[in-house]
Amino acid sequence: MNKLSKDLRYTASHEWVRRDSEHEITIGITEHAQEALGDLVYAEIYPVGKRLEAGDVCAVVESVKAASDVYAPVAGTIAAGNPALAQSPEIINRDPYGEGWLLKVKTAHPVDLTDLLDAAGYERVLAEAH
Amino acid sequence: MTQKTPLYGLHQLLGAKLIDFSGYLMPLHYGSQLDEHHRVRTRVGVFDVSHMGIVDIEGPDAGDFLRRLLANDVARLKNPGRALYSCLLNPAGGVLDDLIVYSRAPGRYRLVLNASRKDLDTGWMRSEIRALRVTLEPRPDLGLLALQGPGAQAALEMVFSTDFASRLGALKPFAFLEGEEGFVARTGYTGEDGFEIALPEDRLVEAFSTWVDGGVAPIGLGARDTLRLEAGLNLYGQDMDETTSPLESNLAWTVCWDPVDRNFIGRGALEQQRREGLSRCLTGVILSGPGVLRSHQELRDGERSIGMITSGTFAPTLGTAIGLARVVAPRPMEAQVVIRDRPHPVRWQTPPFVKRGQVLVPRTA
Repeated sequence: MNKLSKDLRYTASHEWVRRDSEHEITIGITEHAQEALGDLVYAEIYPVGKRLEAGDVCAVVESVKAASDVYAPVAGTIAAGNPALAQSPEIINRDPYGEGWLLKVKTAHPVDLTDLLDAAGYERVLAEAH
Repeated sequence: MTQKTPLYGLHQLLGAKLIDFSGYLMPLHYGSQLDEHHRVRTRVGVFDVSHMGIVDIEGPDAGDFLRRLLANDVARLKNPGRALYSCLLNPAGGVLDDLIVYSRAPGRYRLVLNASRKDLDTGWMRSEIRALRVTLEPRPDLGLLALQGPGAQAALEMVFSTDFASRLGALKPFAFLEGEEGFVARTGYTGEDGFEIALPEDRLVEAFSTWVDGGVAPIGLGARDTLRLEAGLNLYGQDMDETTSPLESNLAWTVCWDPVDRNFIGRGALEQQRREGLSRCLTGVILSGPGVLRSHQELRDGERSIGMITSGTFAPTLGTAIGLARVVAPRPMEAQVVIRDRPHPVRWQTPPFVKRGQVLVPRTA
């Protein structure tokens, strides 16, 4: 099972990040994270306009069995939450890198994701966890 | 050392996600916990519950022994072939375990105990035999399956002879039959019709694979938990333990007070609680908005802390979060649950929430 996209960056806490423009990123959770959590039944995205430091909680996803915090990988301000999640949180299970995105963040600085893991680096994190 | 049930190999083949539960490697789910939940509510599923403890209690004094040990009264089992649910109490009235006791013949009983408590229970019961003519024999040679759902009765014939299956189909709830084909009771932990089946290892494997090959969905412990919570059934260790009495655990109906001279262990403590009135109770709650209830979340009435969630989950049949909660008695009109430092309104609901596929929660806007 290798669904890691080369266009995304990853964190050791199992978020993925995509650069949308010079000042905006999209954040979601990885295939591994959704698989480990199981059926997702609720997602709480923190309010639009909330300011975040890198490492702050920006959302909580909950499966039948557990709740899991989602961390902002870089500093910025929440620009949008995925409106589809309120009715259909299961799209995170179905399409974690696509329709199941969680939120968009307007970054404090021009987007620089070089400190985050690339696909190979995240794969090593997963391999070490096993 | 983690133990495995005889079905471990089959669980692996079926792609189960396995977890350590009470020292056993058990299936959490086989792909989707939600799908498994709905399968049991609408059709039929089969669970491996071989981690539970089966103990046979026999001897001329076995009936008297159990009448002293259990808060419910085995004398209510007038005829063999009937079972009842009971708590096993300590002298302070705290719940050591909850169990089902089956009356097989005069002087012959079988208990089914929680996996997490079976060793402790067995030690406790042995120490209480004293001079009584009673033997107590754990049956690790037997495994246990639960076949649950509205389609359970129709699925019996995949495994049992037509004759035995039709006799099983005629059983009332909490009745059972045993014969060459197995030990089968009309009981369960899901709120649906169903059967629990004790079989030796080889037949257990054969029965489980026959049902799965025949289209009966294998169901993991994840769905077992959401099904039992919707059905308003307590889980030992979460909703009750040695520090809570059955009266404080919504289980007063399982305590048999008559005859008054049946001096079961814990009776004095329960009578005192009954005399003085309860200071806390176990009740059901429904989260009014979106979110998920979890055990240990605090319940408040405004600024006042009134208790906590003992079991909480997202209820797949309802599409909202439900839970059991131990709160002050009498419970206040209104309450809020604290989730991530914020209060969210909850409604009280006397369990169950769902029974035989029917939602029992009143509709509100």
